[in-house]
Formats: sequence, C-alpha cells, structure tokens
Amino acid sequence: MTDNKNKDVDAFSGVETTGHEWDGIKELNNPLPRWWLYVWYATIAFSILWWILMPAWPALPGFQGNTVGVWNQSDRAQVGEAVGELRSARIENAQKLMSASLEEIEKTPELQQFALAMGESSFGDNCATCHGAGGRGAIGYPMLADDVWLWGGSLDDIQQTITYGIRSTHDETRYSEMPAFGRDGFISESEIDDLVQKVLSLSGQEANTDAVARAEENFEYQCASCHGVDGTGDRTFGAPNLTDQEWLYGGDASAIRETIYSARNSIMPHWNERLDEATIKALAVYVHTLGGGE
Amino acid sequence: MYNNVTPPPPGQSALYKAREPIYPQLVSGKFRTIKWVVLVFALAVYYILPWLRWDRGLDAPNQAVLADFAGGRFYFFFLEIWPQEIYYITGLLILASLGLFLVTSLFGRVWCGYACPQTVWTDLFIAVERIFEGDRNARIKLDRAPLSVNKALRKVGKHIVWLFISFATGGALILYYHDAPTLFANFFTGDAEVSAYVFAGILTFTTYALAGTMREQVCTYLCPWPRIQAALTDEHALNVTYRWDRGEPRGAHKKNTSWDGRGDCIDCNACVVACPVGIDIRHGAQLECIHCALCIDACDTIMKRVDRPTGLIAYDTDKNVQARSEGKPAVYNMLRPRVILYAFLIAAISCIMVYGLSTRSTFELNVIKDRSPPFVKLSNGDIRNGYSIKLVNKKSEDREVLITASGINGLDLKIIGNDDTDKTIIMSGEHVDRFRILITVPEADKHKSGKHLIIEAKDVATGDIQSNRVFFAIPKRDD
Repeated sequence: MTDNKNKDVDAFSGVETTGHEWDGIKELNNPLPRWWLYVWYATIAFSILWWILMPAWPALPGFQGNTVGVWNQSDRAQVGEAVGELRSARIENAQKLMSASLEEIEKTPELQQFALAMGESSFGDNCATCHGAGGRGAIGYPMLADDVWLWGGSLDDIQQTITYGIRSTHDETRYSEMPAFGRDGFISESEIDDLVQKVLSLSGQEANTDAVARAEENFEYQCASCHGVDGTGDRTFGAPNLTDQEWLYGGDASAIRETIYSARNSIMPHWNERLDEATIKALAVYVHTLGGGE
Repeated sequence: MYNNVTPPPPGQSALYKAREPIYPQLVSGKFRTIKWVVLVFALAVYYILPWLRWDRGLDAPNQAVLADFAGGRFYFFFLEIWPQEIYYITGLLILASLGLFLVTSLFGRVWCGYACPQTVWTDLFIAVERIFEGDRNARIKLDRAPLSVNKALRKVGKHIVWLFISFATGGALILYYHDAPTLFANFFTGDAEVSAYVFAGILTFTTYALAGTMREQVCTYLCPWPRIQAALTDEHALNVTYRWDRGEPRGAHKKNTSWDGRGDCIDCNACVVACPVGIDIRHGAQLECIHCALCIDACDTIMKRVDRPTGLIAYDTDKNVQARSEGKPAVYNMLRPRVILYAFLIAAISCIMVYGLSTRSTFELNVIKDRSPPFVKLSNGDIRNGYSIKLVNKKSEDREVLITASGINGLDLKIIGNDDTDKTIIMSGEHVDRFRILITVPEADKHKSGKHLIIEAKDVATGDIQSNRVFFAIPKRDD
C-alpha cells in the first residue's frame, strides 16, 4: 500500500488512473484480484511440468522426431491398448457367433443384433466400395439387396462367396469363364448381332423375329450349356438368368453385344485372408438380411 | 441522483490487488431470519434428497432422485426419464429460467441474495468463522494479533470444520449418481469407484475454495449471473435500495436534537460493516451487491434505536425513490407486460409438460426407412423396401408385439429372423429392440394406393398401439 503522491486520481469515480491519456480520456486502473495472477503462474508451472512429462517439442534434431517426455506417453500405444480391450470385450459375442450356425444367429435376437452391427461396419469397410452402401450394387457389381443371385443366396452360399471369392486366386474359389465369342473369333459379327436379338427376346424386350430365328441354332450350341435352353441360367456356373429383367452389365442391345463379344468375367477377391471367421459370418448374416437372402 | 451519493474511496495502485478482507458483522432482523430459514431448508433438501426411497418395483432403483448414467436413466420421484426423453429436462430448465426471470423482474436479485448455493454456503462458512473467531471486531483484532496458541487453535479449528462441511457437500453430490446407502458404505470401506473419490475430492476442494476463501469474489469476478440478472431487473423491480431522498443529508446525530433540516442517515456505517460483499449500499446500485438485505436489518436496528421510522434502506424501486424525491407518491407497478409475459410462458410450458407427461407411452415405435438402396426391384417385378425398426419397452415386464403394415394393396411384410407367417416380436422389459422388416408390394399394385405406409406395433396383451407413417419408394422411371 505505497501511496504515491504523483498518482492521478479520477475525480468522479475516485479510482486511480494508469496515467495513459487519449484525447482527454484516461484509463482507470481497476486491478484484478491477486489470486488471478497466481492462477496464471500456476498454468505456467503446469506447462513446464507438461514439457517434462509428456511429448512436447516436435522436429528436434537428435530426438527422433520429438521429445518423448519422462512418462513415455504414446497415443499410438494407447489406441492399440484400447483396441485390444475392445477385442477382448467382444470376444464373448464373437465366440458365440463362431459356435452358432448361421441360421441360429439369425433366429436369436441378441446374436442377430450383434452380427448385424458387426456386419454393417465390416461391410462399410470392405464391401461397400464395390457393392454400394446397403448393397445397392452398381454396373458390374451385383446388387445384394434383391433376390437375384448368380451363385446362390442362402446363408451358406453367401458365406462361401465371401470366404473364397469369385474367380479369385484362392484354390477353392468359385469359378467360371464365359468365352469372348467375338474377340476370340468363335462366331461371326452377324451371328453375334442375331444372338443379341435372341437375348433381348428372352428378357421380354422388343426384338427382330427374323434375327431371333437365325440365332436359335447358335444359342443352343454356344450358350445353352451354361445359360440353359430356356435361358434361365445355372448357379452351378454362376451363369445369369437371361429371362429376368435384372442385368449386371446392362440389358440394352449394345451392352448385351459387348458382353457376347468380349465376355465379362469380373472378379471378387477372397476375404478369408483378410477377415476373421467371425467377421465373415457376421457379414454373411448382414448381407442375407439386406433382403435378398434365400 | 449521482450528485447525492459519495464516491467510493480511492483504491490503491497495483497491477493485481490483494483481496481486502471483509468482516461482516452479525445482524439480526427480519431478513436475517429469512436467510437462516432458507439456509437450513436448502441444506436439508440437499442432504436428505438422495436418501429418500421410491418404490419402482423389481430390478428398478428405489432411490427417489437418481441420475443413473450407467443405466441411462434419470429418476425423479414418479418420473423416469429415458435418454430420448431428455426434452423433459430441457423443459424443466426452461421453466427454471423463466421462473428466475419472473422473480427477478418482480423482486430483483432475490436468487443471489437468498437461494444461490454460493450465498448459502458462504453464509454457513461465515457462521462457522464467527463461532471460532468471534464477530467482526474480534475477528479484526485476531487477524492483527501476532501468532499465538489461541490464534492458531481458532484458525485450525475453523479450517477443520470448513473442510468437514466441504467434504459433506462434495460427498452428498455423488450420492445423487448412485444408490446412496450402497455408495455411502462403499465410500468409507474403499470399495467405491475411483470416479466417486475424484468427484468428492473436486467438490470438497471447490466448496472449500469458493465458500471459504473466495466468497464475494466469486460473485464479483467469476459469476456471469449478476450481469444477466442485472439486465433482467429494471426500475420497477424491488431491489435493496438506500432511500437517499430520506437519508440525505447525512451526518452524526446527537440525542434529543431536532431532525429538522437533515436526513435520517446518521452515518453510523452499520450497513457497511454488515455487508458480506464489502460495499456501501448508499453509493447506489452496484454490481457487487447480491441483494441479501442484511444492510436493511442492520439499518432498521439503528433506526429503532434512534427512534426514526425503519426502512431507510429497504426493498424499493428506483422509480419510487426518484418519485418521492420529487414529492410524488410512490406506486408499485407489479403487473407489467414483462411480468405477464413471463407468467404466461411459465403457464404455457407447464401445460405442455403436464400434457406430455400424462400422455407419454411406456411403449414406443420408431421406423427408419433404408436409404440405400431406396427400393429393390425383384426379378418378378415386385418392389421391396427395407425398414429398420426400434421398439422401446419402458415397462419392466416382457411384451408380445404384433407388427402390421397397411396403406398399399397386396403388401407383404416379413420380419427378418422370423418365419414368413410370424409377425410378432417378444420384447424383454426395460429394453430397446432393433430389428429389420421387409415390405414387398406386387408389381400390379405398386401404383394403386399411394406411396405411404402405416406401420403399427400392437401390444397383444394391452391393445396399446403405436404407429408410424413411412414412405414407400418405387422406381421413378416406371411412373
């Protein structure tokens, strides 16, 4: 409380001024409480302590990127630990998934909910890139929510497809190969044109009846062994049904022509090396419940 | 009016200021009594509430007031609030703030003066201080005295009791979050969760710091409420007011001399020494003032002693003090537009809440339509949409629920996991069930009857029906 006689005191408020003056306006000196200052000192002390305990200084030469601090704190290690804890917390349900049959999973509400939650997130990470969110599909990538299945839509079929893939590099993969009739010269261009009309007629679309008649012999000879004489396909070979209105690569004349000319043998990778069995089971249940499951 | 008040004394110069100790003197009077009653009542409610029981049947907690974070429930006597009903809490908070607005516009900052926890606990801590160190003069003397055994014992005793009260305060708060008797027992045997000790510790420390050492500085520097409340009160609100029209000019008064030509204020400083925030109410309305009315009691005591009418400092409105000084009659205008508006809003929101609470169901249905894909065209041309269903059963018993859909001819409903003909779900009690349904409409019927469905969930036992109206998507290009 040293009273300085030279201090300027504002007459109206009785508060001392700081001595600063702008255009006749003086700044009052209303000091903060001192504990406020102490709190500030405490934060400084805390920050120094923090430098010592925690990783703080990045890009320091000789410190391998950053100072590590004496606590050896590492976000990466913590995340790893948290993931490990999550895994062990889930192991009980995952084991139930492993021991239950796919049908049992679907019939037991708790298991079904667990499998759907697990399946949905794995689907988003692994499958949705090609098959779309909710399995809505895209040209060349089958829709999984409808009732059209190239290789079968039962729970076991779906599980097998996910596990080993289609035309994948796995030994047990499902495999078939449609010949490139035009590119490899099996039949002539005009014969292909006629076959296009035949396929259009099979699916109930408008077609040239003369061309369809000309194509009958070729269809029986080249196509029927896989797609059937009536064109309804065969799941043993993953041969699509040509009489419905669902098309993997498009159902108009030009798309059909391209399919016959060059063939379409798309590949789905096998997932058994990347996903564990419980995840694949959950995925099978999820895909099955999207709506198309048989 | 500023010409009639004396300015406060000059402050000292420093960048940061040490707290000037305040030694409020004990007063007695009407408002002091009210404050004791409020203090005892508020503390009693706070400490007793977690111990009240409320029977909710098997498996449900029987604590009357409980915020069960682990179970995701908030229990308040007959109310049980689920996370999705958090708007009831919002409603309560809106009611609380409107109530505060109403009271503030009528009576000024009565919340600050009587009911604020900071006020209540500070008052309690000052009372403890008085027991150990005596009233104002004794405390000043003690603080100035050199350290002695007597002084040390009094100071240590005070801090021990303060810490005990602080711990009781922090400890009582955690009882609101767990079953109180269990937690109480576990706390002292070392079996409670770490978070219980951490929060009890934090609240012990904050109570001790805020009510024991920081006191009025919390109100002046930390609390935003004075600014807000100050904005809510106006010249019609009853605030603690020095009636300068009656008090000035002030000055010492000798017994048996005339009161003519002077004010009633005898400048005895009783109002100043009674003030727990260390202000002189005669300087007019101030930010620091919490309107606790202790200066009114102090002044009234003096006025009786010098045989003048009481109420030189009183709950009064700025408007009336001004009016009296101009010789006009005082008018208390309570029924103002803002008061009516607040009262109306409180009534309206209360009605909405009561309506909501009385009609709330213990059974809820939420249907979410699949967005990707919006529809699926099956190989035979039928159109199918998928829906996710969330059923909430707030009863503790299981229920059997029948799911039906209507609105489009020929539709077929299938519950995933059920056989084709089974449209029922068994829900366990106190549970939220999630499942999927698929609705298929034959190609022939898809355009015939609208694009909306009503999905109904019916409690087979009680007949309680919950329904949702949802969209049914069909391919646009076929329209």
